[in-house]
Amino acid sequence: MRTTIKIVLTMVIACLSVPAMASELLMVRTQQSFPEAMLTLQTSIREHGYQVSRVQRIDIGLTGMGYKTDKYRIVFVGKPKEIQYLVDKYPVLAAYMPPQISIFAEHDETVLVTANPNIYADMIDNETDKILFKRWESDIYSVFDDIRNAQD
Amino acid sequence: MKNLLIVFVLLFSLSAYGAPHGDKLYATHCSACHGIDGKGGVGVPIALPSFLNSVSNEYLKKTIRLGRPGRIMPAFDVLSNAQVSAIVEHVRSWTDKPAPPESSASVKGDSEHGKQLFAKYCVQCHGENGSGGKGTGVTFSRKRDLPIIAPALNNTGFLAAASDVMIRDTIAFGREGTPMTSMLVAGLSENDIDDVVAYVRSLEKSAAELKQNLNQNDEEPPTIVVDSPYDLEETVENLKQAIIDQNFTLIRTDYLEHGLVEEGKENKKQVVLHFCNFGFLFEALAIDPRVGMFLPCRVTVIEKDGKVQLSAVNPKRLSRLFNNHELDAPCDEMYEVYSSLLEDATL
Repeated sequence: MRTTIKIVLTMVIACLSVPAMASELLMVRTQQSFPEAMLTLQTSIREHGYQVSRVQRIDIGLTGMGYKTDKYRIVFVGKPKEIQYLVDKYPVLAAYMPPQISIFAEHDETVLVTANPNIYADMIDNETDKILFKRWESDIYSVFDDIRNAQD
Repeated sequence: MKNLLIVFVLLFSLSAYGAPHGDKLYATHCSACHGIDGKGGVGVPIALPSFLNSVSNEYLKKTIRLGRPGRIMPAFDVLSNAQVSAIVEHVRSWTDKPAPPESSASVKGDSEHGKQLFAKYCVQCHGENGSGGKGTGVTFSRKRDLPIIAPALNNTGFLAAASDVMIRDTIAFGREGTPMTSMLVAGLSENDIDDVVAYVRSLEKSAAELKQNLNQNDEEPPTIVVDSPYDLEETVENLKQAIIDQNFTLIRTDYLEHGLVEEGKENKKQVVLHFCNFGFLFEALAIDPRVGMFLPCRVTVIEKDGKVQLSAVNPKRLSRLFNNHELDAPCDEMYEVYSSLLEDATL
């Protein structure tokens, strides 16, 4: 009974915060400059209870090899216990964990892109565990809302 | 319990079917590509007056609904009619002119003659068979002096959205502010233009075939997985050697839980190798800057219950996320690289 209530409440929260449609690729543009958008992203991630496990500086590697590029980073994000649980139970997910958000400059604006966490739900068959990805989806929409609404 | 379910149903209804706000829907679903004010970015500048004043609301609605298969613009097929209309209304607010009426009149012409004219006047921008200009957005690949990439005409989404009259008028009068010039000014007669319209319309069959090809990767598994006959340590060493042998730069080796748990407390049986071929990376980002979210390349090696397994994302499966057919070839290439690496490490 308690589990059922939990599931229903999770679905309610998900429906309230996620738009009625779902794309497999989530993108957001902000008028913040790259450094400010990066700060907003990391702050919002932490406020939503997630950890930034690493920031990969793609542009540094490219320019180091002589290629011209604008600012480009990959942010790895997750909750330790959830990542541990998923990778242990579903090895098929290991290659995708922790999830990544790419953030790159486009002139004076910044674009962020990530895969909709719901795509991971297609890789497992446990309906209860799939709800976890629904929550991740809801959270990433909320993080992207923070970024979209952030002012310099 | 019953009450909870009722609350859930009510909230769901409100969430999905409440009065839509075009500005908010646009900000959520369109602005990342088309820019906050519609002036473009990854996507085309839809706020351009010469564009908005020459396309009907029906064209915009169908474009949102159907997207452009293989050309970045996704199909927003789960938006409600009211939501699509609200987005169109918001976009329409960028011009003070009324939307042109939709015309269902068909334009008759000689498609063979149209093909010859297309080869002479249009192919330079729109490509062979109307396949469209190359590149995505302004970030890396598009020349910054070009405000727009020539659209693919052999695209099911375009052909379903655009009426014959709209195609004819665009050819005849061009689009101010884009490289699309008036073909009447260029010297084509009205009959010539009708012939080009007939040729563009004749692309429907090849467009359908192209769309069919795009869906082939949907059945691909999400990951490439190989069992290793070696222990974890030996498998990791084999993989490192295979990465170097294939001219990739090994960026780092760390644990999957790196940065998530206190240093030293990571699960040592879950190792990730990050590697890159910067030339390939640059080319991939030039095609589509969004692919970075699955880069740099990585292979995960996990030992569980005495069994060692290597896994990597399946680039063929991922290519569908981007709806960019230009990524098909590099994704196929990366699939071969991953497969080869995993095979070499476990021989």
